[in-house]
Amino acid sequence: MSTIDIGAARSATAPVSPTGLRLPALPWAALPLLAMTLAGAMLLAAGTGAVSIAPGQAAAILLSRAGMALPVEYTAQQEAVLLAIRLPRVLLAAFVGAGLAAAGATLQGIFRNPLADPGLIGVSSGAATGAVAVIVLGLRPLGLYTLPAAAFAGGLLATLLVYRLARRGGRTEVTTLLLVGLAVNALLGALTSFLTFRATDPQLRSIVFWLMGGMGAGTWPTLGMAVPFLAVALLLLPRLGRPLNLLALGEGEAGHLGLDTERLRLAAIALAALATGAGVAVAGMIGFVGLVTPHLLRLAIGPDHRMLLPASALGGATLLVLADLAARMAVRPAELPLGVVTATAGAPFFLYLIHRTREQHGGWG
Amino acid sequence: MSRPIRRQTVRREVLAAGAAFLSTLPVLAACGGATASPATSPSAEGAGTPAPAEGRAAPQLPATVVDATGQTVTVTSIERLVGLGGSVTETLYALGLGRHLVAADTSSYYPPEVARLPKVGYVRTLAAEGVLSLSPTAIAGTEEAGPPAAIEQLRGASVPVVLAPDPPTLEAPAKKISLLAQALGVPGRARALLAELEADLARARQVVAAARTKPRVLFLYVRAGGTQSAAGRETQPGAMIEGAGGINAGAEAGITGFQPITAEAVVVARPDVLLAFTRGLEAIGGVDALMALPGIAQTPAGQARRVVHLDDLYLGGMGPRTGKALLDLARALHG
Repeated sequence: MSTIDIGAARSATAPVSPTGLRLPALPWAALPLLAMTLAGAMLLAAGTGAVSIAPGQAAAILLSRAGMALPVEYTAQQEAVLLAIRLPRVLLAAFVGAGLAAAGATLQGIFRNPLADPGLIGVSSGAATGAVAVIVLGLRPLGLYTLPAAAFAGGLLATLLVYRLARRGGRTEVTTLLLVGLAVNALLGALTSFLTFRATDPQLRSIVFWLMGGMGAGTWPTLGMAVPFLAVALLLLPRLGRPLNLLALGEGEAGHLGLDTERLRLAAIALAALATGAGVAVAGMIGFVGLVTPHLLRLAIGPDHRMLLPASALGGATLLVLADLAARMAVRPAELPLGVVTATAGAPFFLYLIHRTREQHGGWG
Repeated sequence: MSRPIRRQTVRREVLAAGAAFLSTLPVLAACGGATASPATSPSAEGAGTPAPAEGRAAPQLPATVVDATGQTVTVTSIERLVGLGGSVTETLYALGLGRHLVAADTSSYYPPEVARLPKVGYVRTLAAEGVLSLSPTAIAGTEEAGPPAAIEQLRGASVPVVLAPDPPTLEAPAKKISLLAQALGVPGRARALLAELEADLARARQVVAAARTKPRVLFLYVRAGGTQSAAGRETQPGAMIEGAGGINAGAEAGITGFQPITAEAVVVARPDVLLAFTRGLEAIGGVDALMALPGIAQTPAGQARRVVHLDDLYLGGMGPRTGKALLDLARALHG
């Protein structure tokens, strides 16, 4: 039980001032700052790629769409690359990163556990099972969209299964939820392994590629498919900030303060599953963004969920846009799997974080 | 079976590739491993492609074809080509278009000149912008090239993408050559290539017709790490085995495609000959390592050490050299 002890979670995340337990004033300026950073990252990513497009040319291409002609020459290919490949891709990376990080922050709040990430509630392994099943069974009733649809459905079904199995007498106890999540993840992992075992060699390549994640599917149609779900989740998740703050006081205390903890859990899990499922469906498995981004931002702005949720969304978007840029540029004209980039950058950072926390606060207990 | 190939008329690279097949003698099996490397790296003077057709009639462009995915594709220039898939890249070289290639995928490794080209990733996991950054005027690939979103993006950027049919049958090479030659405006160059292919296939058929044996052949897709898959129905090695007058033991065992096979199933399949890709065999440590795999020693092939291995693309690529590979395989099976 010590891992989800409230005191431990807080000491890990809240920089308690030496004068006592006074909560610091909310650094609201952080949000515009993060938004500007995201905008900068997106501009950089849209302006950088294997095909070189100068900033002036990019501006001319974009403005010509708005009916304004700039006296800057650009080729039809540059226009096609910017509008059909790079822009949707950068936007998708931003949305998916925002969804993953906001979902991660929410789940860390719900579980009151710094190790919680969107994988915990089964959504990732469910999505993987759905995607791998489509690849191995060669199903394509929806054409190109079969795989994302199956991954999305698989993710949501797995989360529903975890929630239903953990629920007893109208209550879902967090530790039970965690353990049920573990069990369902193991079961789905076995199913995915079995399907992988049945796969042909070319299918194996597709599976491995999907499992490593990537924004290669970032086209306008896939963006149109994923963004409505992500947008709903991203609009509603920050509303959970206040109740999550109450929950941080402890399950019982929050209940005494009038918080319907069961409803909060359901809302948080449903929205986190929606955001993660939609992101994973189009971008494959991308590790570490959901786990590390909230930690990073807690260090910068504190543990208040009213700030943390929108800040995590903005920060996650920035991180994934930059990670995708690195994935595109590192081995061009080929491309690194995005999961390789996020974990390579994320894991050492996470280690540093653990080290630092241990030095300053004595660790997670 | 143990005699080396004697074909004075063949070109160097064909001899090298053909020599990659194994004999039954352990000492020659060792040589087989040694001679396998020239199959993938012919000497510098070797053209590396059958009958390069450079300098013949100029390409007839624009050319319009309906490709394997049902897309109508019009190619207006072949100045800068990208080859996706080992057999397609090899076919482009065989059509004398090698000097126009600006990039290929990682499954393309023959002829050895391909090594000089930038690699755009694996044929099924392409990145559209990376390919476009090479300013291709046309992209040729097998129908497995993808992911589909990347192919759509390439087409969306007005670059013609021709995807050639790649069924696991002996008709695939001719289909591939014909479509690519037509799409790239060099149908004349295809004629010589197709004639050579057909002549090789015919010679293989003669060997098969004269053969008094019909060995049971099990193709094992061996990989480092102790996993092995067998080729069943609807596989390139399966088609080659049957074309070369053997019985595909994997298909008889009820396998479709490539599927993992247990040691006991290998024993039950009773292969007289084991067939493998040279690269996979080298990865596990050669014929001796294959012999040490569970079940192998209990088969007729294991007891007689009858192992034939050919370069992956040569045996399984269904490209311009497929006729020669079939002839080599038929001779190895019935020799």
